[in-house]
Amino acid sequence: MFHVLGRYILLMRLSFRKPEKFSVYWAEVMREMVSQGVGSLGIIAIISVFIGAVATVQVAFQLSSPLVPQSIAGSIARDSTILEFSPTISALVLAGRIGSSIASQIGTMRVTEQIDALEIMGVNTPGYLISPKILSGLSMIPLLTIISVVLGLSGGYLACVLSRDIAPADFVVGLRDSFKPIIVTVCAVKSIAFGFIITSVCSYFGFYTSGGALEVGQSATKGVVFSCIWILFADLIITSTIL
Amino acid sequence: MIETQSVYKKFGDNEVLKDITAQFRPGKNNLIIGTSGSGKTTLLKCIVGLHEPTSGDVLYDNQNFTDMHFKERVHIRKEIGMLFQNSALFDSMNVEQNIMFPLNLFTDMSHSEKLDRANFCLERVNLAGKNKLFPSELSGGMKKRVGIARAISMQPKYLFVDEPNSGLDPLTSILIDHLIAEITQEYNTTTVVVTHDMNSVMGIGDHIIFLYDGKKWWEGTNKEIAHTHNKELNDFVFASSFMKAAREKL
Repeated sequence: MFHVLGRYILLMRLSFRKPEKFSVYWAEVMREMVSQGVGSLGIIAIISVFIGAVATVQVAFQLSSPLVPQSIAGSIARDSTILEFSPTISALVLAGRIGSSIASQIGTMRVTEQIDALEIMGVNTPGYLISPKILSGLSMIPLLTIISVVLGLSGGYLACVLSRDIAPADFVVGLRDSFKPIIVTVCAVKSIAFGFIITSVCSYFGFYTSGGALEVGQSATKGVVFSCIWILFADLIITSTIL
Repeated sequence: MIETQSVYKKFGDNEVLKDITAQFRPGKNNLIIGTSGSGKTTLLKCIVGLHEPTSGDVLYDNQNFTDMHFKERVHIRKEIGMLFQNSALFDSMNVEQNIMFPLNLFTDMSHSEKLDRANFCLERVNLAGKNKLFPSELSGGMKKRVGIARAISMQPKYLFVDEPNSGLDPLTSILIDHLIAEITQEYNTTTVVVTHDMNSVMGIGDHIIFLYDGKKWWEGTNKEIAHTHNKELNDFVFASSFMKAAREKL
């Protein structure tokens, strides 16, 4: 446990050493941003719309009382989407999509001696391979979370239009009612933390892969599983600390 | 010149290298040969710094490489070119990008200068015009040649080659051997080749080190190897009936 933690911290320290040439690293960051950001847009859009819609329908069902104003469903859907559904569910999905890709990509480079080739050239391999992925994750995962929030709330509105359980106008009133900006802060902190966890944990498991194709698969699995556990743990810590 | 001084390497309780002291001379094809598991690749990895020796030193032109930390080693590593057993080309880059990669990182050359250098290296390994192909589109022999082109792109002082003939047909193997020998002469590199291919040994072995059970068992040239009385070396070199027959004719 402490051995793994120590190795992880050392790897992160090496990852943020001064780059050999900034322009080469910058090109890698841009490539990763396209891969992580644009590549994940489809899956994030689909899950966000559906989760937003389902959350709204369920809240409407649970609060179906003449004593409770219908607009409250909008407020609850907004808070749960911004606080939990968009950052956490998106992060868990992205751990599968981005995390497994990172771990298997770096793991394959390790077992096919591509990392050795980089080291022989004098390249700081953790810096070249890991830091662009982390920087991209730190910027793209919050952006994807913002998109997820917008689409999740749009999904809730769509559910109101289609199901007629709540009047769409009431849903919009609920969205705007008693809004506390702190929930946006929590959402932003979570998405940045989750971005770091997904990219760094999966990079770690990929980087220390040894063996062959079987071990690359195992590294990807371990990366995703540990990322998910750490995401849920960080979720609890951040929520209980800030709220 | 590269020297190893009393290099030992242990993995757990398994001592893979035992007291290896050797010199690898510039302008020569220095071959490390031996049976599978004798420690050839481990020795090569200790020399280039992919493994740290348990004890002993590796010296590059009298500079102690083993004692250097990462930043100091970078200066020597810029002078190293290496061809890996599986070529280790970067999958996400095409041939041209693979060759230009070290130039992008470590030189201030303009794009056209880097492109000219990449084209020169590709011509040198008889792969002119293959710039835009990806590693997955290349044959085993072509991958080796691109690996050599990448290794010489920075005009290395030291060239390391791990099993250059593995997975290649005899004709391609000979072409790769000749290419390595020519590059050694052209650039006056200190070339270290790990192999167990007897064609390579007899063809380009200017200086041969035979490892047996992790120890340096024999040292000499390809002329001397045919007449040695070292039992373990004879068992290795003349393992096939073809080689035994060839020896009798000598």
